[in-house]
Amino acid sequence: MKASAFAYARVTSVDRALELLAAHGEKAKVLSGGQSLMPAMNLRLIAPELVVDIGGLNELRGIVVRRDVLRIGALTRHVDLLNSSEIAAHAPLLAEAVTHVAHPAIRNRGTLGGSLAHADPASELPACMLALDATILVRGGSGERRIMAADFFRGIFQTALSAEELLIAVELPLARRNSAHFFLEFARRHGDYAIAGLAAQAVVEAGVAMDLRPAFFAVGDRPVMPKAASRLVNTAVTPALLSDASTALGEELDPHDDQQATASMRRHLAKVLLVRCISALLGRPGLGVAGRAT
Amino acid sequence: MTAPLPISLHVNGERVDAHVLPRLNLADFLREHLHLTGTHVGCEHGVCGACTVRVNDEIVRACLILAVQTDGMSVQTIEGLSDSGEVADLQAAFRNRNALQCGYCTPGMLMAAQDLLRQHGEPSRERIRGHLSGNYCRCTGYQAIVDAVEATARSRRGRAA
Repeated sequence: MKASAFAYARVTSVDRALELLAAHGEKAKVLSGGQSLMPAMNLRLIAPELVVDIGGLNELRGIVVRRDVLRIGALTRHVDLLNSSEIAAHAPLLAEAVTHVAHPAIRNRGTLGGSLAHADPASELPACMLALDATILVRGGSGERRIMAADFFRGIFQTALSAEELLIAVELPLARRNSAHFFLEFARRHGDYAIAGLAAQAVVEAGVAMDLRPAFFAVGDRPVMPKAASRLVNTAVTPALLSDASTALGEELDPHDDQQATASMRRHLAKVLLVRCISALLGRPGLGVAGRAT
Repeated sequence: MTAPLPISLHVNGERVDAHVLPRLNLADFLREHLHLTGTHVGCEHGVCGACTVRVNDEIVRACLILAVQTDGMSVQTIEGLSDSGEVADLQAAFRNRNALQCGYCTPGMLMAAQDLLRQHGEPSRERIRGHLSGNYCRCTGYQAIVDAVEATARSRRGRAA
């Protein structure tokens, strides 16, 4: 289908974008890369009266390291994340995750800010923000707010961002010494939205996870960091312990049914992901044998 | 503000000036306004890859970019790549290996395959499949397409050596 009619404004400053958003509120939509917005408009899932194109705002681009923070501009495209030496060095989880985001032609346009503001519960980057303990910077008429990733995602396509605010950048703590990461998703076709996925960041010392931030996606209305995983921190993980944590994970998650998978299949896949994640992070491939997810 | 807006861009090296409605996407602009019908329209939401074109030298989905967004940009379509001979060997390899049947996906498939071949001289079959993962073909089962891309990479290496 084709998008319904709308007015279009290409802005040349963040301030101008904020003026338009303040004036039009919910009737306006921000266009960055358009790789989620345009499909939604073509399918007539949304029909904004005004599209505010921020694609020309160079001030929202770029990846910089300042002291112990990695700052990524909202308009940074997926392909830029993939090719960035800063991302590879300081947030390798993100570089790996991006290879699963859609396809090359879409990664050439899609942006980090767009993906986060869209907040599809099956998309990879929101989960990565949670795993990486990101701070999301948004600006509105009354100034800038800093929102922790854990507070930012509020539900299916819902975030803490108001209709009058613009997502400006994200800040990530630099990967610590002994950090390790894990990323895996199950999808029908490489690049499709996940049926279930896991992005995890950890600190592993002497075979023990000192810190563990596993963010599951496509198994809830937003990326989820399950409490069950805390059982695996700061302790020697045995197959029995992993099995218990995996059972607890299954009870904690509340996935949905859709045409791709049932809730129970998603729950099963999440348990498989947890077992594989812990086995990989701790370098113990045998861990899952006794604790095979059922 | 829903009135037509002026745009000026380059398409296959030629300057194009036009007035377009904001809702018009690039695929429809190319097809309906410029009669460049090699860019196909399949799903219109970024899944099938039939509308793949180059914008500023990078492949994109023409159904997911508005014509107004391409103001000042450079667009290359399958007609441009075909006429310049850039993909002549790839097209021949597709033909030789029966890598097309109905041909609907072929322009997008060629755009994506050529994009890969420009980046990697010696792609593995797995990498070829990965790069073409966003392009649906409902006829061939992909095997012959991967064969054709692999064969083209091999013959280009031979020529470069």
